[in-house]
Amino acid sequence: MSGRGAAGSGRGLLLALLPALCALPRVRGVEEGPGSAHGHSQGFQVVTFEWLHVQDPYIIALWILVASLAKIGFHLSHKVTSVVPESALLIVLGLVLGGIVWAADHIASFTLTPTVFFFYLLPPIVLDAGYFMPNRLFFGNLGTILLYAVVGTVWNAATTGLSLYGVFLSGLMGDLNVGLLDFLLFGSLIAAVDPVAVLAVFEEVHVNEVLFIIVFGESLLNDAVTVVSGCPEGSGAWHGASLCISRPLATTFPASQRGTRPSPASSVLLPSRQPPVSPAVRPPRRLSALPPGSQSRTPLWAQTPCRPFPSPRREQPSALGLSSGGAARVRQGPWSWDTRPPLLPGSQGGRTLGVVLQTWVLNRYRMVQLEIIDQVVMSYGGLRGAVAFALVVLLDEKKVKERDLFVSTTIIVVFFTVIFQGLTIKPLVQWLKVKRSEHREPKLNEKLHGRAFDHILSAIEDISGQIGHNYLRDKWSNFDRKFLSKILMRRSAQKSRDRILNVFHELNLKDAISYVAEGERRGSLAFIRSPSTDNMVNVDFSTPRPSTVEASVSYLLRENVSAVCLDMQSLEQRRRSIRDTEDMVTHHTLQQYLYKPRQEYKHLYSRHELTPNEDEKQDKEIFHRTMRKRLESFKSAKLGVNPNKKAAKLYKRERAQKRRNSSIPNGILPLESPMNNLTIKEKDLELSDPEEAPDYGAEVGGGIEFLASITQDTTATDSPSGIDNPVFSPDEDLSILSRVPPWLSPGETVVPSQRARVQIPCSPGNFRRLAPFRLSSKSVDSFLQADGPEEQPHATLPESTHM
Amino acid sequence: LGSRASLLRLYHRFRALDRNKKGYLSRVDLQQIGALAVNPLGERIIDSFFPDGNLRVDFPGFVRVLAHFRPVDDDDSGMRDPKQPEPLNSRMNKLRFVFQLYDLDRDGKISRHEMLQVLRLMVGVQVTEEQLESITDRTVQEADEDGDGAVSFLEFTKSLEKMDIEQKMSIRILK
Repeated sequence: MSGRGAAGSGRGLLLALLPALCALPRVRGVEEGPGSAHGHSQGFQVVTFEWLHVQDPYIIALWILVASLAKIGFHLSHKVTSVVPESALLIVLGLVLGGIVWAADHIASFTLTPTVFFFYLLPPIVLDAGYFMPNRLFFGNLGTILLYAVVGTVWNAATTGLSLYGVFLSGLMGDLNVGLLDFLLFGSLIAAVDPVAVLAVFEEVHVNEVLFIIVFGESLLNDAVTVVSGCPEGSGAWHGASLCISRPLATTFPASQRGTRPSPASSVLLPSRQPPVSPAVRPPRRLSALPPGSQSRTPLWAQTPCRPFPSPRREQPSALGLSSGGAARVRQGPWSWDTRPPLLPGSQGGRTLGVVLQTWVLNRYRMVQLEIIDQVVMSYGGLRGAVAFALVVLLDEKKVKERDLFVSTTIIVVFFTVIFQGLTIKPLVQWLKVKRSEHREPKLNEKLHGRAFDHILSAIEDISGQIGHNYLRDKWSNFDRKFLSKILMRRSAQKSRDRILNVFHELNLKDAISYVAEGERRGSLAFIRSPSTDNMVNVDFSTPRPSTVEASVSYLLRENVSAVCLDMQSLEQRRRSIRDTEDMVTHHTLQQYLYKPRQEYKHLYSRHELTPNEDEKQDKEIFHRTMRKRLESFKSAKLGVNPNKKAAKLYKRERAQKRRNSSIPNGILPLESPMNNLTIKEKDLELSDPEEAPDYGAEVGGGIEFLASITQDTTATDSPSGIDNPVFSPDEDLSILSRVPPWLSPGETVVPSQRARVQIPCSPGNFRRLAPFRLSSKSVDSFLQADGPEEQPHATLPESTHM
Repeated sequence: LGSRASLLRLYHRFRALDRNKKGYLSRVDLQQIGALAVNPLGERIIDSFFPDGNLRVDFPGFVRVLAHFRPVDDDDSGMRDPKQPEPLNSRMNKLRFVFQLYDLDRDGKISRHEMLQVLRLMVGVQVTEEQLESITDRTVQEADEDGDGAVSFLEFTKSLEKMDIEQKMSIRILK
């Protein structure tokens, strides 16, 4: 760093912050290091600036800060992010920053060294990717992913390198001092698809999750392949190998469904695989040091029912990478236009070809076929990013003569793919989807039944366990539950995984809240709160709302009842026109309100937004309904009342109740919704282990009569003393519980059943129930308990069955 | 009824669902599949496994229902002996399966009331009763040709003739 004095004045911006950091600890006497900038006073040095001393960490910290602020800033404006991929914004930011630094100093003071890359940038990338990685999907598609990652990357690298070499040989590129090996090297660098960029783009595009996980997984693993094949330093092979091993390990093991299953396996495995001395492998060792650190954090994290604040931390490192790429770009020299034109189509074409070939091979073995549109997205969505840039910068000038050229070319490629492809992929996908779908407006019947088919199909898929029943996975989860959790998790954390206690607490809470709400409702507010649909009496007095479908024929007739209208023709005409509007409105209503089948709405959660998911509402509604139905069927069987009539009556009443209480649940639901947020998303991710995560109806929350009743009802052959509730049989089913997303188990099941038994919490007698809520190990006991307050004849379900 | 591998897979699945190793599945076993609880038609599908009020379903019965969802082989229909009964995964039988889901009282027609119930299942709570009823009316009207206010099986098939049932109701692994 030369010219400190001049630089000191030139860096007004940065130095404004500098004193805050440095001055306080630095206030001292005359001691100063060589080359440090002085304050201008003579004699006693009160304040010194020691830029050199703090330079490295300071810059890094500052850079991180700026990048984070920028990221947060980007996401404040949702409109922007939905069009422009985030990576593009980051690159622009980097350019701007680089420009500032360059303008201020004319020297790029920050260079990307291997040390910086591996120590600072890579670990957070790895860990963050690991934490957020959807395990189930990943391992389910692991074969495919491996194929794409390894074979595909090698193929891409080869084709790119070779095609470039071909072009070079043909002389188009002018006079360069490069050989075949250099081209191949470059090809291997460029072939690395960047997971971060992919993630950012695919989030916006909402492709189906199989596609996503393939591209994402491929990008994760091919970094390792790239490093191995690229081999920037001599020890690169070891580097790459340990990276290849450590990365998937580090990503998969610390990453569990909810971060509640930390595993020491990675830290055990990693050191053992590393060759002894070489300094190049220290980074992986550091990687192994980090997972245990993160593990101790995760149980805490798992404790909070709320989804953690969307951390921009993940993309920080690549934000850094990208922005430093931008900064470096400003610095770069050679602007040769010869290499670029052939490069881009070369690499992209190679990729496309590779994708097509591999897909053809894979489709012969896969369950879920990859269609054309998937392939298009896969090949087009191969965005390069920070890793490629970092690797190319690591190239040694001595070994590769035209390093600068490569660097600049890489930068251009990265820019192009991220910006151009990132921007256009979304419209492209939409266009393709639209093109492939039906052009004809489907009839009402078709829409309805089509939707029904989708539901049926997804149900059958679930029943037939299409998603997969991995023996290995079961073994692992058993192992984890039996040993690892006990070792690694604190007792309180383990307890919180115990569904039963959770249920109990939630139950109390819910009852308390509903008690209050009910009290409100019974008061004078009741009338005001009930939605207008229930009060048909209001309709006649209000002006007819044009948007409603009330314009049905019946309504029309009703409306005209008072008017003396004998003109049948006008009536007929009016009816016809109304029918048309009705038609439109009906279609619209259906479109809007039909429940979406699982495949449609299951897209990957967003890492930046905590948007309350519409689909949770749908899930909740359906779940309530289902539970209530089951309850009804049980009740009818038990009470020996004519099921049909009762069910119909109950159902009608409940429906009315549901409407009336629509305001109430909003108070209650948010309680669970944070938890639901987390777990439903995770449930989506996991493609649910619902076959293992079963017993929302059964076992959970012992002593829930629901179970008792159902099991008694349907399995008449079982022992009359009640089924030995497996939940309490030690540990056997904890695996199930550990996998149960909490929203499935608890209150939802319990609450309706409780309410069903019990009169509305107005009567204080109800709370008696909660006290003797012993967790007994025999299901019948609870049943008997529940029967206690049920002495008063319940002809109908009480008022607010809807929780 | 399917290739060996898929049968084996189904058998494993049957065993896994059968929690207490009873050798048959009861309603509870199927109800435990969490995803079915959030499927609007989940209950009905479970019911379809227990025809005629049975309380249990054994493995052949299990497979029989699932066989409806096998993908249709093109070469099957060409070489099939017309005297044999249609395979379970033919288009007609797939449709018949769905029809039975709608037609709860098994009278061979989907009455307006039944359609209303199905609609109610599949639609969110924001939809009012009036809206639902009018939608039901429209739906039945569209499909109903002989004007009896109900949708018979033939009418049902006819209204869906343009839809690619074979593809929409097939699960690949059952091949």
